[in-house]
Amino acid sequence: MSDAATDDDVARKVIEIIAEQAVLDPADVKMDATPDDLGVDSLGLVEAVFAIEEAFDISVPFNANDPTDSDFDISNVESIIAAVQGLVKAQKG
Amino acid sequence: MDGAASGGPEPGVGGPGGGRRVVATGVGVISALGLSTASHCEALNEGRDGVATLEIEDIDRLAITRAAQAKAFVGEDRYSRSQMALYDRTTQMALAAAAEAMRASGLEVDEALGLRCAVIMGTALLGMGTIDDNYRDVFQEKKNRVHPFIVPRLMNSAPVSFISMEYGLKGPAFSVSTACSSANHAMGQAFHMVRSGAADVAVTGGVEAPLTFGTMKAWEGLRVMTKDVCRPFAKTRNGMTLGEGAAVFVFEELERAKARGAEIWGEIAGFGMSADAGDIVQPSVDGASRALRGALADAGMAPEEVGYINAHGTGTAANDRTEVQAVREVFGAHADALVISSTKSMHGHALGGAGALEMVALLHALRSGVLPPTINYDEPDPECDVDVAPNAAREAKAAAGVSNSFAFGGLNAVVAARRWDG
Repeated sequence: MSDAATDDDVARKVIEIIAEQAVLDPADVKMDATPDDLGVDSLGLVEAVFAIEEAFDISVPFNANDPTDSDFDISNVESIIAAVQGLVKAQKG
Repeated sequence: MDGAASGGPEPGVGGPGGGRRVVATGVGVISALGLSTASHCEALNEGRDGVATLEIEDIDRLAITRAAQAKAFVGEDRYSRSQMALYDRTTQMALAAAAEAMRASGLEVDEALGLRCAVIMGTALLGMGTIDDNYRDVFQEKKNRVHPFIVPRLMNSAPVSFISMEYGLKGPAFSVSTACSSANHAMGQAFHMVRSGAADVAVTGGVEAPLTFGTMKAWEGLRVMTKDVCRPFAKTRNGMTLGEGAAVFVFEELERAKARGAEIWGEIAGFGMSADAGDIVQPSVDGASRALRGALADAGMAPEEVGYINAHGTGTAANDRTEVQAVREVFGAHADALVISSTKSMHGHALGGAGALEMVALLHALRSGVLPPTINYDEPDPECDVDVAPNAAREAKAAAGVSNSFAFGGLNAVVAARRWDG
């Protein structure tokens, strides 16, 4: 995506990626859902982070060794979207 | 052991003792810490850090740029041009370690003995340098032709073949690939073969040369590597560091070794293995405990005999926590009376070669009475509340010890050894 990737574009794409990992329809991915709620395990998270990096051509500071201690907030869908929006602005803006 | 008293050990972990006794009569090492057993062990005693900035092609495209690279090991200095055409770095390091082990053992292999010698080496990957270089040629440089010996150069079993050819070892020979447990599985097989009489001597150990751009990229992808420093068992630990190297041993039937006056490094006493049958990357306390118990049962070793454990100790949050739980489960209160250190903090995680480098540490610890430290240890973790010999080697006489390998994919292998007092 280019500079034109708005916050809405980012949110839509991130939800799509998470939905794919969770094997859900994007419409069923709630903003306050945690990875656990969605049935996304550590492997799924690593894959989702990879998909996000590929989609936005950014680098995500996610350490699977201790996900909660990363600079990348994965508490829930909303925090992931906000983090990606921030990274897109910082790295592509 | 309890296992024997209650009608035999758990299925699949082997029976206690029995058969012939097996000792290590030769050791050879190539690692980031040194290009000989003596220099490697001296570095272990000193708690030297073998990790530094990696020197490989395209380093600027890597996020993880530190590893325990054996930079002083240069194949071209040791092997001819025609040998180098056939030797991946994996084979180069394995042959160098085997040469030291064979020399140290004083073994003279004639035709009759050759038929009774096994070669069993653990290697998780393949000749990754060969793969990287030739993929570059065909994909990046668009070359339509590669060197004719790429296949024998890259195959997982190449180190075994070249060791057998070099010394005329004509008995059972094969490679073992079980990710990070490869070397322990290989040495376990070698031990059981010599004990059972399937071979009189086994040249065994492990080797890995994974410090290539492609392999580093793959490990980056897993996101379990530290960007700074590998700190096993510390609260601040944030991942592992890759390493490379080889360690090769001569395992020999005891009476044979005594008869020829060989120097004995220690007794290989038991071997246990198990599968978690759980997760492809997450470790399990149950699987690790069963392998540990299996090794003790196979050795006829009481938990209280064990004074030192060379940990799998990768420095990831999950491994170290799980490993300490397993040790507590198996050793009970005795877990507080022993030392459990991770030498990966110094020589890095050499994957399929790791167990062999760590077996050197175990035998050295038993023999010298100096238990190697866990370096880079800064802050205790309540979840890893064991004595890890933080930052400095410990002088302590241990009668016996075990070396743990708990691989991705839940394949666990533990070797038990006893000090040799003559």
